Amino acid sequence: MQASPVRDLAVGLFVLVGLAAIAYLSLQVGGLSYKGPGGLRLIASFDQIGGLRTRAPVVIAGVKVGRVTSIQLDPDLRARVTLDLDASLDLDVETSAAIRTSGLLGDQFVSLEPGGEDLMLQSGDEIAITESALSLEGLIGRFIHNADLGDEEE
Amino acid sequence: MSGGGTEQIRVELDDVHLDFDGRRVFRGLSCGFPSGRISVVLGGSGAGKSTLLRMVGGLQRPDRGRVCVAGQEVARLSERELFAARQRIGMLFQGGALLDSMTIFDNIALPLREHAKLSEGAIAEAVERRLVDVGLPDTAQLLPRQLSGGMRRRAALARALVRDPEIVLCDEPFSGLDPVNVRRIEALLVEVNRRLGLTLIVTSHHLASSLRMADRLVFLVDGHAVSGAAAEILESRDPRVVEFLEAEGDARAGQAEARSANPGGPA
Amino acid sequence: MRSQPIEAVGLRVVGLLGQLGAFARFVAAIGRAVVVRPYRFARLVAEVFDIGVRSLAIICASGGVVGAVLALQGYYMLVRFGAEDALGTMVGLILVLELGPVLTALLTTGRAASAMAAEIASMVTTEQLDGLRMMSVDPIDFVVAPKAVAMVLVMPMLSALFIVCGIAGGYLVGVELLGLDGGSYLTSLEQSIDFADDVAQSLLKALVFGALAGFIATYRGYTAEPTAAGVSAATTGTVVVASVSVLMANYVITALWRAYGPPGGV
Repeated sequence: MQASPVRDLAVGLFVLVGLAAIAYLSLQVGGLSYKGPGGLRLIASFDQIGGLRTRAPVVIAGVKVGRVTSIQLDPDLRARVTLDLDASLDLDVETSAAIRTSGLLGDQFVSLEPGGEDLMLQSGDEIAITESALSLEGLIGRFIHNADLGDEEE
Repeated sequence: MSGGGTEQIRVELDDVHLDFDGRRVFRGLSCGFPSGRISVVLGGSGAGKSTLLRMVGGLQRPDRGRVCVAGQEVARLSERELFAARQRIGMLFQGGALLDSMTIFDNIALPLREHAKLSEGAIAEAVERRLVDVGLPDTAQLLPRQLSGGMRRRAALARALVRDPEIVLCDEPFSGLDPVNVRRIEALLVEVNRRLGLTLIVTSHHLASSLRMADRLVFLVDGHAVSGAAAEILESRDPRVVEFLEAEGDARAGQAEARSANPGGPA
Repeated sequence: MRSQPIEAVGLRVVGLLGQLGAFARFVAAIGRAVVVRPYRFARLVAEVFDIGVRSLAIICASGGVVGAVLALQGYYMLVRFGAEDALGTMVGLILVLELGPVLTALLTTGRAASAMAAEIASMVTTEQLDGLRMMSVDPIDFVVAPKAVAMVLVMPMLSALFIVCGIAGGYLVGVELLGLDGGSYLTSLEQSIDFADDVAQSLLKALVFGALAGFIATYRGYTAEPTAAGVSAATTGTVVVASVSVLMANYVITALWRAYGPPGGV
């Protein structure tokens, strides 16, 4: 085969740019970089998780610190959610977990709020204090119910 | 060097039958091609001249019958065995069949690079020598489309010869060429045959040059072959041969025979 | 006489199955040529140049314009719900999941796969492949495999470039033209697109489309009738069959992905 240095260079550059585009999509856009090794695994049980999905983000004070790795139903029929978090985080045993929604109809995520204890959570521990997802239908239902009760009291 | 003695048969077809696109091409074709001689296959268009060469090269399998090349039955070989068997066959295709994305040099070097364990220097030397042989010394870096039809065919001949094959198959080497190029290629074929003792099988409907160079003639008529030493078969007055010759014009044939006394000589 | 239509259908089915079998054997031969020596690295580089580098301009231009129009349409749709901050999400997801791989495959089929089929078909017509065989060189190994493999390798790269250019085009329209906040465009895009769920699906699609386009183009070229009409039939056949296969495969992959999630995923 006839050697063609210009063409070889062009192909090399093309492959480089192509791989860079794939890497940008995977790491930056896709957030593949987040999956750090040796993460802190915590478990939180909720009565109601609403539309929470696996791989949903976990945030503290609005900053993304991890993601939901699995959702299962435990024997007493509560949702058992496993979180994979940044291992460098120091979370105390009074930390609470809540399921929130970004915007009115947006995706759901887990928000953690640290407490004030000195004892820290270890990987595999369970977060004791949890707040279930607010269900819009539930809220509206309760509002109508309350309104009805109010009417009756009158 | 026509006819003569007990020649060793190098390529032999025996009772070959072949249908092609629903058309009967061969029905019981049998003929042999002697070792170290030039055999010319003549026949009208559609008589199966190219198909015959393709069968010898293993590109086309007969429906029935045997095709033997150097003692091997080609039709029975697997694709991989065929690749081994073709090492000793060179083929010149009608249009040259040079790879048009590669230079003339790379085209001719290809069989060497693929199969011979030669250094690039040795390959370059072999290619240059072949290019000089075919009279195209300064074309190595050109692409096939930059050459004329006759030059392309000569380059293709250089490629067919570069591996020093024992058998060379030439499909219509003269068609569509001007008289000067016909002479050139003809002289070249005769020369390599003399010098290297190659077995040449040439298909043609160019009667004059065929008669000049042929040791042996094979006429393809109605799916059968009529073959023999060139001189004998022309004298035999076989009606099928006569018909073909008359169509081509006896005058040119006679003229050609006279010239065949001194073939060769660089054109 | 009842049996005749049934017989005809039967013959069609048998013929179709035969074609499918021949295609499968062809793909297997390419696979074998890739694995077994000799390796045609230089020829692969040449093909990547032909398919990849030469397609770069149309892929980037198309990607940019498609991203721009998505942003324009999406903005007026989202602004009705007061959700224009989700523009990045919308543009990004549509590009990554659907338009990136699919449009790249269709453009590449039109530009490169058709040319590939025509080139191989004209090599059949001018006996170049037979010439290779007579030199004891396997044309599948020497001509076909580098082309098909280059197509498979190049498609994910071109698709990723299309998406990146589309995101940039959307940014230009959404942020520079319509005055959205640049940070929120990119953040909403990055937050809602997931690697395992979305980007991996996109790359898988591009790989499958590349394989479809590459194998169909080389097969149509390789099996072309050795005439001028055969060459043109191989070319148009490639565009039609490859495009339709890409669109159908796109649905199948999407449906399977939605049903079963990413392979090996949670």
